[in-house]
Amino acid sequence: MKKNIIIVATAILFVVLFIVAATLYNNKKDKALSSATLEKIEHVQRDYSPTMGPPDAKVTIVEFFDPACGTCSAFYPFVKQLMKDNPGKVNLVLRYLPLHQNSDVIVSIFEAARLQNRFRLTLERAYQTRDAWIEHHVSRPEKFWLQLDGLGLDMNKLNEDMQSAEIARRVKQDMLDAKQLNVNKTPGFFVNGKPLVHFGYQQLQQLVESEIAANY
Amino acid sequence: MLIFICWLIAMAALFGSLFFSEVMGLKPCVLCWWQRIFIYPLAVLFLVGLFPQNHKEDRSVVRYTLPLAVIGLGFAIYHYLVYSGFIPESLQPCSEDLSCAEINLELIGFVTIPMLSIFAYSAIIMLLLIYRKRFYQ
Repeated sequence: MKKNIIIVATAILFVVLFIVAATLYNNKKDKALSSATLEKIEHVQRDYSPTMGPPDAKVTIVEFFDPACGTCSAFYPFVKQLMKDNPGKVNLVLRYLPLHQNSDVIVSIFEAARLQNRFRLTLERAYQTRDAWIEHHVSRPEKFWLQLDGLGLDMNKLNEDMQSAEIARRVKQDMLDAKQLNVNKTPGFFVNGKPLVHFGYQQLQQLVESEIAANY
Repeated sequence: MLIFICWLIAMAALFGSLFFSEVMGLKPCVLCWWQRIFIYPLAVLFLVGLFPQNHKEDRSVVRYTLPLAVIGLGFAIYHYLVYSGFIPESLQPCSEDLSCAEINLELIGFVTIPMLSIFAYSAIIMLLLIYRKRFYQ
């Protein structure tokens, strides 16, 4: 009988120890992550990046995204809703982290479309037609090209612009900044420079709401 | 008592490896998975061995745990050799994105995960051999 108690107690001890260690480790990591970002705050935002929403909003969401990433596509309407629910208070800065193969080409199409003031439309078209141009987690720019009808884009100019060195440089800078900030998955969110440590809709909403409360 | 210590070691390995992968986010490579395959059942089997039928001691526990531990030790040694560079990476079966030779973690400066694995497996094997000697001689 005594033996049984010892064994059960040991098993419980293992579980408790695991939970305690995991909690301690996560707390330490969260703190380290937040302070590491504080030191590298200049990497979070660049003035060349595309933005959405009111320019004078005091709460800025920075999102590192990959157009071929399903979660990014799922978060897009949610982020838009967050901006709508807090009119005038929240804006969005989009930064590129094309982790999927060939996504860098898709991203340069976005940037070229931006020169024709069609960035938002092109991005939304990309998310809507994901199935048509992503095959086995590889982006197919030539197939995405076929989805661009009806957006009012000058396709010749688009083709020319997307080769520009400036666009390549920006995408490279975004990827370097992501690396500096330890963003290795998409979407990677920052709200007013604070990283979203625990990923999720609700967590993002809470972070945005706490920044709204702090700034308004 | 010996079997109880074996169970403790297997439980420590189980929770330890889960801590590395699930909490610290270190992805287990292929060889790590093979070692996990042989240590996880041991945590259950030793526990079963600790609760024998008809309240006699279950001596056959050695029969059904020793083979798992020996095979597991084989993988652990192999992994250690890959880790320390005796076996070139190209000869072993890791997927391209997750290298088994890359050292992810060094506790107190030199203790690596395959080393812990070798230690756990050899300790279990030694204890089982001592246990076996006691009853079969």
